[in-house]
Amino acid sequence: VTVRDALNQALDEELERDERVFLLGEEVAQYDGAYKISRGLWKKYGDKRVIDTPISEMGFTGIAVGAAMAGLRPVCEFMTFNFSMQAIDQVINSAAKTCYMSAGSIAVPIVFRGPNGASAGVAAQHSQCFAAWYGHCPGLKVVSPWSSEDAKGLLKASIRDDNPVVMLENELLYGVPFEMSEQAQSKDFVVPIGKAKIERQGTHVTLVSHSRPVGHCLEAAAVLAKEGVECEVINLRTIRPMDIETVEASVVKTNHLVTVEGGWPQFGVGAEICARIMEGSAFNYLDAPAVRVTGADVPMPYAKILEDNCIPQVKDIIFAVKKTLNI
Amino acid sequence: MLLMFWFCLFFFFKASRVVVASRNYADFASEATFEIKKCDLHRLEEGPSTTAVMTREEGLHYYKTMQTIRRMELKSDQLYKQKIIRGFCHLYDGQEACCVGLEVAIKPTDHVITAYRAHGFTYARGVPVREILAELTGRKGGCVKGKGGSMHMYTKNFYGGNGIVGAQVPLGAGIALACKYFGKNEICLTLYGDGAANQGQIFETYNMAALWKLPCIFICENNRYGMGTSVERAAASTDYYKRGDFIPGLRVDGMDVLCVREAAKFAADYCRAGKGPILMELQTYRYHGHSMSDPGISYRTREEIQEVRSKSDPITLLKDRMVNNNLASIEELKEIDVAVRKEIEEAAQFATTDPEPPLEELGNHIYFNEPPFEVRGPNQWIRYKSVS
Repeated sequence: VTVRDALNQALDEELERDERVFLLGEEVAQYDGAYKISRGLWKKYGDKRVIDTPISEMGFTGIAVGAAMAGLRPVCEFMTFNFSMQAIDQVINSAAKTCYMSAGSIAVPIVFRGPNGASAGVAAQHSQCFAAWYGHCPGLKVVSPWSSEDAKGLLKASIRDDNPVVMLENELLYGVPFEMSEQAQSKDFVVPIGKAKIERQGTHVTLVSHSRPVGHCLEAAAVLAKEGVECEVINLRTIRPMDIETVEASVVKTNHLVTVEGGWPQFGVGAEICARIMEGSAFNYLDAPAVRVTGADVPMPYAKILEDNCIPQVKDIIFAVKKTLNI
Repeated sequence: MLLMFWFCLFFFFKASRVVVASRNYADFASEATFEIKKCDLHRLEEGPSTTAVMTREEGLHYYKTMQTIRRMELKSDQLYKQKIIRGFCHLYDGQEACCVGLEVAIKPTDHVITAYRAHGFTYARGVPVREILAELTGRKGGCVKGKGGSMHMYTKNFYGGNGIVGAQVPLGAGIALACKYFGKNEICLTLYGDGAANQGQIFETYNMAALWKLPCIFICENNRYGMGTSVERAAASTDYYKRGDFIPGLRVDGMDVLCVREAAKFAADYCRAGKGPILMELQTYRYHGHSMSDPGISYRTREEIQEVRSKSDPITLLKDRMVNNNLASIEELKEIDVAVRKEIEEAAQFATTDPEPPLEELGNHIYFNEPPFEVRGPNQWIRYKSVS
């Protein structure tokens, strides 16, 4: 099942399950979704449940948040998270902080979702990763699926969660098929928010990642296995609240840590993981400093050769692992 | 026999002190009709009525409510100067007719959202004065336990109290969308000021509200100044009631509680009939500066403020109307003043003696309906428990 279809299933199931759930965003209805995630939903549920908006991010995001405050459960799609910057005040100041400011009297059960991070050849203004920006803010939950199971389970969990959830998808993953278990095909399958998944067991080094780079980590692990290096690959699944305990337990076992992400290095997800590892019990088990593999610290260029070298590739991960293991 | 005499005398005195008003009740009119200013109209064939009927009970209620807000705001001024209230404090005195006129025109099941000059609305929507003042002083008895402060007070069907200028407008349209979605004939009053009226997100909201026919009354409280900038210096068009373009609008005398009430009833009927959004501009005035940090006289003259106070004060206007039309006596209104002062004093007493929230409160309410978890403090060893 492709990630796209998994997301579509999740939306369909949740729209059916709870009348208060509705989807709004640009092109989500009659166009079937800019990336076809909401294909068929408008035909099935109609104008009330699937709403096309004008190109007014700040306005429609605020409307979505207000609807959530008044008891609905909106899914607010950003065509890409780059456009969410126009609406970021509504996400942070209106959605994230309201439960706290109102001492728990106003809930904001909303999901903000859409593609995040680099795509292919879309250049600087359409390639930014927002994991660090949203992950920074208390009051939000931030999830970042990799596989179809992640996508479906996390979207369902996010819609059912009574809090504002930012779901950072990845455009390049939409068309990728993944195996889905029987269990994952059920209508009540949810992936818990705040729990990481160990995608591959290993003993020599811990690779922690989220979203598309998880796939690269697994590819790197396959290559390294041939050289006798067994990588433990952790798929974070959730950026906030981050499951650092799973990472710590792994580092205690492997004594080496490499974080991998698509976003920029400064103040990124990897930086946070390293800081927390230093502060916690796993520090004493590190045999080498933790290493970060990230996007290059530049706005994304267009030319293929340049773009390819701005995102973390399998070879970059392998290089980092060998450096940290000193081999 | 003598005992009976003293008994009767005792009751006579007790009765006479308590029932001054009702002793004269038969002397008052039960209601009166008033001429009110005609509203300027935009894209509307007809506007609200130019006469308003007010009963004695209504008049007394409006008077008491406005006076309570007035004195509450003045008490807040005092407490702020004593540094018992901190941070931002935006006072509403002068604008009382707006929130009171609006509240009495709608139902408790309708919804209201406004910006940061919100104490009047908070009270009108049902939060007691003591909980408002205790929130301002940051105590655990505050309406949101001291977590919000002046700009973030909430209650049922009242969504604050919003600090970011203009952000509450799309929120209000969203609440209206929920009203339409649930189909219970509720509407949302979405307020903003003359300063906020130039925010882009408001125009985005006008577009969507009109497109989707949301039951939203957009209300611009035009008090002539956005912080220190007069409307002439901020807006290419100061006809705020027309700024909704394709949305019909009315310009209303915001100093007259009856004018506001009639216009709001008109607007509410419009929305409930499914015709979509409507816009009201309330022309009003604030006596205080923008906030307590602003003396309010660098961009306007004391004469101007004094002129509004003497000619257009909403409470005085109502009082004169009631007295001149035999709806109440001056003494009776004075008694209300005394009762209001007492209520405010007691509320202030509570607000200055109630303890601050316990430190444990720091971590609470990050999330809603969530099992308890830990929140990091200023360093890795300080942790707070967070419960919903």
